[in-house]
Amino acid sequence: MNPKISLEEKLDKQAPAVFIMPAVLIVLFFSIFPLIVSLFIALSRLKFIKGGVQLKFIGWLNFKKLLFGSQQYHFLGKFDQLTPVGFFLLGLFVLAMFFWLYRYIKSKKISFFGTIGRVVIALGLFFLVLITLINLTTPKGLPGTLVVTLIYVILGVMFQFLIGLGLALLCVKKIKGRSFFRLVFFIPMMITPVGIAYLFRMLTDMTKGPFSPIIMWFGYEEASWAVIPWGARIAVMIGDAWQWIPFMFIVLLAGLESLSTEQKEAAIMDGAGGWEIFRDITWPTLLPVSATIVLIRLIEAFKIIDLPNVMTNGGPGIATESLSLHSYFNWRTMDLSGSAAVGYLLMIVAVFVCLSFVNLLKNKVDLAQR
Amino acid sequence: MWKILNKKKKYDDVSYLEGFPIYFILGLWAFICLFPIYWVFITSFKEAYVVNDGPFYIPFVDFQPSLHAWEFVLMQESVNTLRPFYNTIIISIISALITVFIGSMAGYALVRISYRPKIASIFFFLLLLALSVYLVAKLKLDWRIVVVSSLSVFVLFILTLSRKFKSSLGNNDIGFWMISQRILPPVVVVIPIYIFFQQLGMLDTYPAMIITYVAINIPIVVWLMRDFFYNIPIDLEENAALDGASRFRIFTTIVLPLSKPGLSATFMLVLILCWNEYLLSLFISLTDTQTLPLMIASMNTTRGPQWWYMSVIIIIMIIPVIMVALFLYRFIIKGLLVGAIKG
Repeated sequence: MNPKISLEEKLDKQAPAVFIMPAVLIVLFFSIFPLIVSLFIALSRLKFIKGGVQLKFIGWLNFKKLLFGSQQYHFLGKFDQLTPVGFFLLGLFVLAMFFWLYRYIKSKKISFFGTIGRVVIALGLFFLVLITLINLTTPKGLPGTLVVTLIYVILGVMFQFLIGLGLALLCVKKIKGRSFFRLVFFIPMMITPVGIAYLFRMLTDMTKGPFSPIIMWFGYEEASWAVIPWGARIAVMIGDAWQWIPFMFIVLLAGLESLSTEQKEAAIMDGAGGWEIFRDITWPTLLPVSATIVLIRLIEAFKIIDLPNVMTNGGPGIATESLSLHSYFNWRTMDLSGSAAVGYLLMIVAVFVCLSFVNLLKNKVDLAQR
Repeated sequence: MWKILNKKKKYDDVSYLEGFPIYFILGLWAFICLFPIYWVFITSFKEAYVVNDGPFYIPFVDFQPSLHAWEFVLMQESVNTLRPFYNTIIISIISALITVFIGSMAGYALVRISYRPKIASIFFFLLLLALSVYLVAKLKLDWRIVVVSSLSVFVLFILTLSRKFKSSLGNNDIGFWMISQRILPPVVVVIPIYIFFQQLGMLDTYPAMIITYVAINIPIVVWLMRDFFYNIPIDLEENAALDGASRFRIFTTIVLPLSKPGLSATFMLVLILCWNEYLLSLFISLTDTQTLPLMIASMNTTRGPQWWYMSVIIIIMIIPVIMVALFLYRFIIKGLLVGAIKG
């Protein structure tokens, strides 16, 4: 027998493993393995010593510092007594959650894990809403990095989605030059966020930027967005929105184009108005695509770091510091275990919010697809 | 009568009266998209005093453009723009090539070969992993001994005990697992990677950067190429297999040439992602392998905001990406959607 052929045959026997193993091993080594090591680091005190690192196991003290100890103001923000407005909003949220659970129990499709999962989601969301309200609606409250990240994620993605949807609804009409607009809208997506951060710093310069005549005309040239917490946050969100609204727009437009016009024409003949068409025909068809892109953006938005780092350096104070940036700042001061702890908390929050989003929308999307 | 008139009017047709506000809003948005880029572009041709004197909008009318910033950035030895530029090109091209190769192999395998990984062995693997990390970190055992011994235990387990367990996962689970890696914030995993490369003395080297970029981007490639391979007819491969060709030969001589469009689009997408990567290079590279995003980010702290130089670098950075993007934007949108559309 020719040895060359036998070698090839031998290799062919192992082909299934050879094909998939490189990818699996690399992903394992660069995600699962670091994840476990990261947990170890977060649960210990890490020091660089000569020729290596020294790990001292200290339990959950790093997390305790962030949640209850000296770093609480940084992670969770400053607390205060809830105002009536805060109580009212919290009450509304609790009512909504109870209504959601009630509907689930009435639906007669209850399972043990389903119930547990929903209760966990409700409790977790309650905690996040409570923290947000305490930070934002009380006179002394200040948001920490957790709530700032949530603001970027929830508010930012919401606005990006709404504006993108509006543009897509406008653009689906058959007008000339549509592909030109689509190309133009596509460009911002491809630019590195660091570049965008500098771009927006240049544009929002109060005295030398392109809009300074307008600002001067209003008499605001002395003020600066960079020293007002909400001004800085909104500036960061605008930078993010500039990059990602086009993405929302292009995907939603593709979704709208797959919609048949016959249904709409039939609805018009029956005397349906624009809003009714949107509510009953357009929106249900668009729901799966919308859920998908909002989920993608949620996942990516939790990782935001370059924009606040370059535009505001997290300031004023910690007003624009996202969790990723918080983790990076910890790392820069050689507090590696604190950095890992923040990273872990970020991962927990991100996974939780994304899973809740999927679960809250699942029934509706299933209905729409039918 | 009205109904007949309505019937003739198609829903999507636009009259001039309707068309004007639509064009207005779309034009406004196109302006919003393009104006910042235009502003960087003209700023790169401004002298320092032109920038400092206030906003000037139109070259030759408002101000006299000059090439001094371009000369400074490209010619001056001390600025050393070319080094990060060169780094970024090398790292992104090599890592995109490796990612596409490994990722498409895995994607192909997930389509054509069925895998049944045992749940029990996965659990056992994770257990061993945690145990060995604990042994190295806490008990200070030599990591080489731990790795070798736990690997041999694992192989032993697969060869003997794992046959007793029945429940297993399928190809879709593997695919889902790969994609779900995207939800991990990079900050969580980057610190161990940093320590790992630090221990090996590989911080700030090309291999370290390249393999990290590969690891981050593999999930996208697997998912995209999996979708692509689904749509390749299986007949050709079956015929080749009947003729006695091995799987590797089928893959390299039939499948890869057939999927050139998909491969090139995926390659471009990964290239752009690597080109723009910021966080990982922030941790892993110091000076030798500094990439362009890092260089832009660090310009502010070293020299204060010298917008004219910065603009030049931003332009250098975004022009290749925009060129690539304009050719391939349809594919790239699909790539950005990866992870949620079920294949």
